[in-house]
Amino acid sequence: MHFSIQNFLFLLVAIAGFGLFAWQARKIRANISVGRDRDMSGNVSERLNKTLLVAFGQSKMFKRLTPAFLHLIVYVGFLVINVEVIEIMVDGIFGTHRFLQFLGPVYDVLMATNEILGALVIVAVVAFWWRRNRKPPVRRFQGPELRAWPKLDANIILYVEVILMAALFTMNTADLKLHQLRGTEMPGTFPISGLLVGLFPSSEAALHVLERVGWWAHIIGILCFLNYLPSSKHFHIIMAFPNVYYSRLVPQGQFSNVESITHEVKAMMDPSYEVPAPATAPDGSALAPTPFGAKDVNDLAWTNLLNAYSCTECGRCTSVCPANITGKLLSPRKIIMDTRDRMEEKYNSPLIFSPNLYGQEAKHESQEVLDKENHTLLRGYVTPEELWACTTCNACVEACPVNINPLESIVEMRRFLVLEESAAPNSLNVMFSNIENNGAPWAFSPSDRFNWADDLYVAEKEVVTA
Amino acid sequence: MADLAAQGETPEILFWVGCAGAFDDRYKRVTRAFVRILEHVGVKYAVLGMEESCTGDPAKRAGNEFLFQMQAMQNITTLNGYGIKKVVTACPHCFNTIKNEYPALGGEYEVIHHSTFLQQLINEGRVKVEGGESYKGRRITFHDSCYLGRSNNIYEAPRAVLEALDADLVEMKRSKANGLCCGAGGAQMWKEPEPGKKDVNIERTEEALATLDGNAAALDNLYGVESGNAGATPAPKANGQGSIIAVGCPFCMTMMSDGVKNKERENNVQVFDLAELVASAEGLNA
Ligand code: SF4
Ligand code: SF4
Repeated sequence: MHFSIQNFLFLLVAIAGFGLFAWQARKIRANISVGRDRDMSGNVSERLNKTLLVAFGQSKMFKRLTPAFLHLIVYVGFLVINVEVIEIMVDGIFGTHRFLQFLGPVYDVLMATNEILGALVIVAVVAFWWRRNRKPPVRRFQGPELRAWPKLDANIILYVEVILMAALFTMNTADLKLHQLRGTEMPGTFPISGLLVGLFPSSEAALHVLERVGWWAHIIGILCFLNYLPSSKHFHIIMAFPNVYYSRLVPQGQFSNVESITHEVKAMMDPSYEVPAPATAPDGSALAPTPFGAKDVNDLAWTNLLNAYSCTECGRCTSVCPANITGKLLSPRKIIMDTRDRMEEKYNSPLIFSPNLYGQEAKHESQEVLDKENHTLLRGYVTPEELWACTTCNACVEACPVNINPLESIVEMRRFLVLEESAAPNSLNVMFSNIENNGAPWAFSPSDRFNWADDLYVAEKEVVTA
Repeated sequence: MADLAAQGETPEILFWVGCAGAFDDRYKRVTRAFVRILEHVGVKYAVLGMEESCTGDPAKRAGNEFLFQMQAMQNITTLNGYGIKKVVTACPHCFNTIKNEYPALGGEYEVIHHSTFLQQLINEGRVKVEGGESYKGRRITFHDSCYLGRSNNIYEAPRAVLEALDADLVEMKRSKANGLCCGAGGAQMWKEPEPGKKDVNIERTEEALATLDGNAAALDNLYGVESGNAGATPAPKANGQGSIIAVGCPFCMTMMSDGVKNKERENNVQVFDLAELVASAEGLNA
């Protein structure tokens, strides 16, 4: 253990890196908490189970084998290589060298796994890059919402991952060669670096510099990457866990019942029903009534906003969406990305890098004419046409590997259109009034409801199996 | 139901007919088929008749929460008034709404979809699916309805019913949790689809037809098919008898029938509800 200016420097860099990240995380937390309250407490064991299965276990990834396999490599690589990061941190602070070597044979296995995973990560990343950048790319990496920033973002992540791996190998190979030149035994087993030693210079000074360059590049790279996450879809490596934990446990077909409406309806049906007093501000004054449904991000539940920060922009939702498959404007991924963009436009914008906003080019023409005043999530980003194309089939919810629920946001916005603006398509208004007047969505008289029984025993075999 | 109540009796089950089951000419046949099965096995059942009203499902999915809750409260009052405990319905939308959304509004019942109910009858041997029309060797593919499958995890019951028919059951590539919507859910049934390349029911019908025909090339051209799905079974050409698209939902019925018509395949592909298939296999079509 020997302290030097390097340790002091490292401490500063680490504090700056983590501090900056904490600052960004707080802003995002604030963004998420502008959402409506929703009680998600309880069911701890069921939620933990789900988190283990879906987030740690990646269970929903395996619907598509190729990307699942590639992703698994990067994911496991990330977990294992993090052990080495711990070592780097300790070494950096206390001036030790390869602090974990006391683990002996375990250390050998650890380092060897690390190196092999590191090499595999590079292979996987190249495959990922190809899937996205070949012409034409995999279908779910196309689509109007995936231009400019989201596209660049996805590639930046891949490049950074390669750089981080390269730094790791530089460090290990240089260290290995140093030991070889000095004739000392280097702790750990390094199958990949062992292959690379031939490529490195034989000067001790140069090797020493290379080892330090690799070490610093790796750790600084990681700290930069950490601070890049909040601006990126790659934030999912953190947010996927709370997002899955707080995902819904009820059957997917169960939509929320709006409670304020329940009170109103009960009062209409039973005049003696007492509607609970409306919520008041802490000083006793009445709060502005909350609108029905959602017009802007703050009308959505906080879980919907958490969703938006967990989205990996993978497009699995969109690629199974019947509306999207058949060429309609609706893309559940876009709804989620819009939500995040709008949050950062209206509240805390991120942060250090240019925002997530995928900008004008992804918007539909009709949106561009909207005035800034009306620039809310609904209409400003998401058009009613998209919302009305949804069949509420839950395919997107089923497909999302991190349990995001785009459908909930869609229905909330539909509620706003119908209940606050009476802006449903006309044919739906006809359906509503049929239900109101006839108790059926079609214009049939309730007195005909039993007509099916009239010819219950008329021979109809030829009709049925014609 | 009112008659039964007047006699001071409560039924074993309440058969919730649903608007489509009561008014849609095609689905009325399903309602009748199911009633014949109920009478055949001697279940004490009742229907609400004119006292039944829309569950509010289309209103709710379209965002009209107010109308939904009005409908729900009204129906809950009726059902609770008769002391109903168990509800069976042939409509996945009614099923989902009554089962999942009514409890929070004061309506707690045991709700069963008719596919589960039919499966139980077959398991108990009360329905033998023999003696009537035989489906042996006929090719059938089941179209999962979203509100039965993904929404409520019922995938096996309809398949168990079809297997009992001894038919040649083939699976579409997009089936079970990966099934493709027929295009009618979420109140789409009552409006024109938004502009796009094609309608959802056409895409789905094309898939069903390609599966029934064993047309692998057509299946490869479908979007969004999960690569890891080994369930698809494109089989050799079927024999001369018509193939069947089986459904368990009135809206799927309409959408798939329209699709088959659109593809001009009515001559050799038919769309049937599970209840109809069971009723004709049991010889109950008189
Ligand atoms: S629920 Fe709506 S948005 Fe989601 S896949 Fe189905 S149609 Fe698309
Ligand atoms: S919502 Fe889920 S499935 Fe859709 S892009 Fe985001 S992470 Fe992927």
